[in-house]
Amino acid sequence: MAEIVANKLTDIGPPKYDEMWPEVIKKNYGKWLYHEILEPGVLVHVSETGDKVWSLRCAATRLMTTMHLENICKIADQFGGGFFRFTTRNNVEFIIDDESKLEPLKKALADNGQLPLGGTGASVTNIVHTQGWVHCHTPAIDASGVVKAVMDELFDYFNSHKLPAQVRISLACCLNMCGAVHCSDISILGVHRKPPVIEHSHLDKMCEIPTTIAACPTAAIKPAKVDDFKSVAVNADRCMFCGNCYTMCPAMPLADAEGDGIALWVGGKVSNSKSMPMFSKLAVPYIPNEPPRWPTTVDTIKKIVEVYAGDAMKYERVGEWAQRIGWEKFFEKTGIEFSHHHIDDYRFAATTWRTSTQFKW
Amino acid sequence: MAKLHDTPMLDELEKGPWPSFVTDIKKLAEAGNEPCADLLGQLELSYKDKEGHWKHGGIVGVLGYGGGVIGRYSDVPELFPGVEHFHTLRVNQPASKFYKTERLREVTEIWDRRGSGMLNMHGSTGDMVLLGAFTEELEPIFAELTQKGWDLGGSGSALRTPSCCVGKARCEYACIDTQDICYNLTMEFQDEMHRPAWPYKFKFKVDGCPNCCVASLARSDCAIIGTWRDDIRIDQEKVAAYVAGDIAANGGGHGLDDKVDIKADVIDLCPTGCMFYEDGKLTINNAECTRCMHCINVMPQALRPGLDKGASILIGAKAPILDGAQMGSLIIPFIKMEEPYDEFKEFVEKMWDWWDENGKNRERIGECIQRLGLSAFIEACDLDPIPQMVKEPRSNPYIFYKEDEVPGGFERDISDYRKKHAR
Ligand code: HEM
Ligand code: HEM
Ligand code: HEM
Ligand code: HEM
Ligand code: SF4
Ligand code: SF4
Ligand code: SF4
Ligand code: SF4
Repeated sequence: MAEIVANKLTDIGPPKYDEMWPEVIKKNYGKWLYHEILEPGVLVHVSETGDKVWSLRCAATRLMTTMHLENICKIADQFGGGFFRFTTRNNVEFIIDDESKLEPLKKALADNGQLPLGGTGASVTNIVHTQGWVHCHTPAIDASGVVKAVMDELFDYFNSHKLPAQVRISLACCLNMCGAVHCSDISILGVHRKPPVIEHSHLDKMCEIPTTIAACPTAAIKPAKVDDFKSVAVNADRCMFCGNCYTMCPAMPLADAEGDGIALWVGGKVSNSKSMPMFSKLAVPYIPNEPPRWPTTVDTIKKIVEVYAGDAMKYERVGEWAQRIGWEKFFEKTGIEFSHHHIDDYRFAATTWRTSTQFKW
Repeated sequence: MAKLHDTPMLDELEKGPWPSFVTDIKKLAEAGNEPCADLLGQLELSYKDKEGHWKHGGIVGVLGYGGGVIGRYSDVPELFPGVEHFHTLRVNQPASKFYKTERLREVTEIWDRRGSGMLNMHGSTGDMVLLGAFTEELEPIFAELTQKGWDLGGSGSALRTPSCCVGKARCEYACIDTQDICYNLTMEFQDEMHRPAWPYKFKFKVDGCPNCCVASLARSDCAIIGTWRDDIRIDQEKVAAYVAGDIAANGGGHGLDDKVDIKADVIDLCPTGCMFYEDGKLTINNAECTRCMHCINVMPQALRPGLDKGASILIGAKAPILDGAQMGSLIIPFIKMEEPYDEFKEFVEKMWDWWDENGKNRERIGECIQRLGLSAFIEACDLDPIPQMVKEPRSNPYIFYKEDEVPGGFERDISDYRKKHAR
């Protein structure tokens, strides 16, 4: 082992991208003319050279084992000349340059059972998400389980093209938002609702008090002496439950079965198409954690998608739809309750208040 | 042999049409993999408790690098010894995530032998995330990976692994060579990636066109987005074919039977009202077009981006902590992106120097710009203010002037004033 480590290299960077390309991609790089989606999950791209490639997009769980990855590799070996790729949204794409392989590949995917086709066009594609209870230390919710439950329910929208436009869903398990979910048509966000509980008897031993205080974005933490222990106090009115203190100081955990849960946000987009990119806005401030299948969250998302599907105009994204009909109508049509939590009270809040006599009943 | 735990709640996640991570991990656990078995055990406990069971990882890593590894320990190791240590390694993905199976197997072989066999394809930044290693395995894994030609990605207050969309490899919309830009920046800035030396993290993401499939303008401090400055290319015969219903709308995105209604779907939805369809001919007033991509998306066979291609650069996107989320702000409307990208890199160095000098600890560049002002930032980057940088000019009257902007400066003599104005 010492020998292995002694031979290590550094700063070599990733393998160069073109090593990973099948011949047809190499040959047609930058020459693509147009694409067409033949059916949900099946794209064909046509090149100036006359070449065509077929891409079969399949759902994947972002969290997977080497065993599943090996199954994917075997399919790629058999049909794709030993090449395949992942999309930004955690889908797998098999790429072939020979139309006669299309049906056999589709059959192989169906036989595998864990690689359903879809995620193209006006669909709900795979959810981008973070770690949740599988790996991170500050999550308010699980990630993979919520994603599975939501996508099971929306599966019908994954392998079809029946929505007004594409619907992008994402999930982050705390408000640090490693997945940057703040610009999605629908985002699922884990939220804590209680300030950290402080273990005064151990805090000074486990944590460096000045760095702990400095970690708090809202300056809610102050040094304090409690029962002769050097410790800290948290001003609950200022705490926004972000967990940064816990990252610095394990004696200040936030997680709490009753406090934690899900907030839903809607109407964000990153594409520049038609309207400018927009942030997602609060739809539901809190839904309790309901493992293993989070039924209230799943039902609420389904409801939003269905109301949008029935009411929006063609090509209209969720946010464009809500803006056109007005947010007051969004709440009416979806039946989601509006509360004081929906009214912004953080910095720049006033920019979101209505400064006009124009509104709808 | 791995001890399998009862997981009645997780078993519920084996039902339904979507692929199940539980089924997948269970199979490897049943094949004898202890971390897989114990991960499911601990996750089941989290489902019961509605609370996670990981401790913050402390400082773990590999010698010579300041990042690439995230430490993690179980807080119930006596129950689940297989995941007592559960550190992750971020492995730098090949640009736009094409894989040759033979090369990918180099990674999975090492990971099966020395790690948990579980991974994320991919983490939110773009890396492959190898999920769950014991501390003593980190150095050997790193050494074996680099010997096979794979390197770690960034973490901490460093350059994070750049990522890009599929680009020219398979997308006709790509206006820039996203993969080469991504690779080139990754190689150029290896030191910045592996040795954190900044106020906070910094991300590059590269999108080939304004559709922004890697969400660069929402998810990266520096978004490089392909665009063009000349005219959209129009193939009038194909326009006619779309109008006649011979070609499906939106690249088949609403089904192959879906036809283009040229007025409702294209002309009327153009956000700038710059498209006209008269006497069977489509015209675009390109001077008014904001290159939003909508019309091209709806009729990809008839319309193509122009030929004078380059990128728009937007700086400062970040997630909400602390002043709320920010999207990138347009700093350079158009820059040619041609290998070796010197002009762009010069800009990057100026930007980093300014941030390095002015950024507070844990302050992203977007927040730093917000605190000190866009004007200060563009001045540091030697850029001139232009109206393209803002949605609208200021509406508050608090205009700051520097002394040298006002004739005579700020120093005045009150007695001069009093000569003209009685007390
Ligand atoms: C009208 C808007 C959009 C259109 C017409 C569009 C079009 C496309 C096309 C043609 C592709 C296939 C590229 C290829 O693999 O050959 C693609 C891929 C993709 N799109 Fe979009 N897109 C749009 C908006 C978005 C938005 C808003 C997002 C993200 C929030 C997004 C995320 C993706 C992702 C993740 C991929 C896969 C890219 C990859 O594999 O790296 N798209 N899109
Ligand atoms: C103050 C804000 C943030 C904090 C405190 C934070 C903290 C963390 C922590 C503790 C992890 C480890 C998760 C694990 O156990 O694997 C993590 C992972 C990660 N973070 Fe963040 N994060 C922040 C913001 C962000 C943002 C804004 C992004 C992306 C735009 C991001 C991207 C990632 C990625 C890609 C990972 C890898 C794991 C994954 O993909 O799930 N983080 N972050
Ligand atoms: C460039 C900065 C501004 C200047 C020079 C300016 C100047 C003026 C002047 C001279 C008046 C007329 C006062 C009068 O009746 O004698 C006025 C009225 C007013 N301004 Fe401004 N103002 C400025 C910015 C603003 C801003 C930022 C707001 C609100 C957001 C605002 C809101 C109003 C209102 C409400 C009135 C009175 C109502 C009305 O006459 O319609 N002004 N302003
Ligand atoms: C710091 C900046 C400002 C100062 C020092 C200031 C000062 C004054 C003073 C001294 C007067 C009384 C003038 C007189 O009657 O002789 C006045 C009137 C007025 N100011 Fe301002 N003002 C400021 C900004 C504004 C702004 C931004 C607005 C618009 C929102 C505004 C709107 C008005 C209006 C409408 C009047 C007339 C009130 C009336 O005739 O009843 N002022 N201001
Ligand atoms: S979003 Fe929060 S809980 Fe989830 S991985 Fe990131 S830091 Fe951890
Ligand atoms: S959770 Fe966040 S806001 Fe609350 S005390 Fe901790 S660091 Fe401060
Ligand atoms: S960002 Fe543009 S060029 Fe890149 S994959 Fe998406 S549509 Fe294609
Ligand atoms: S790209 Fe957008 S703004 Fe330009 S002509 Fe097409 S629809 Fe109009």
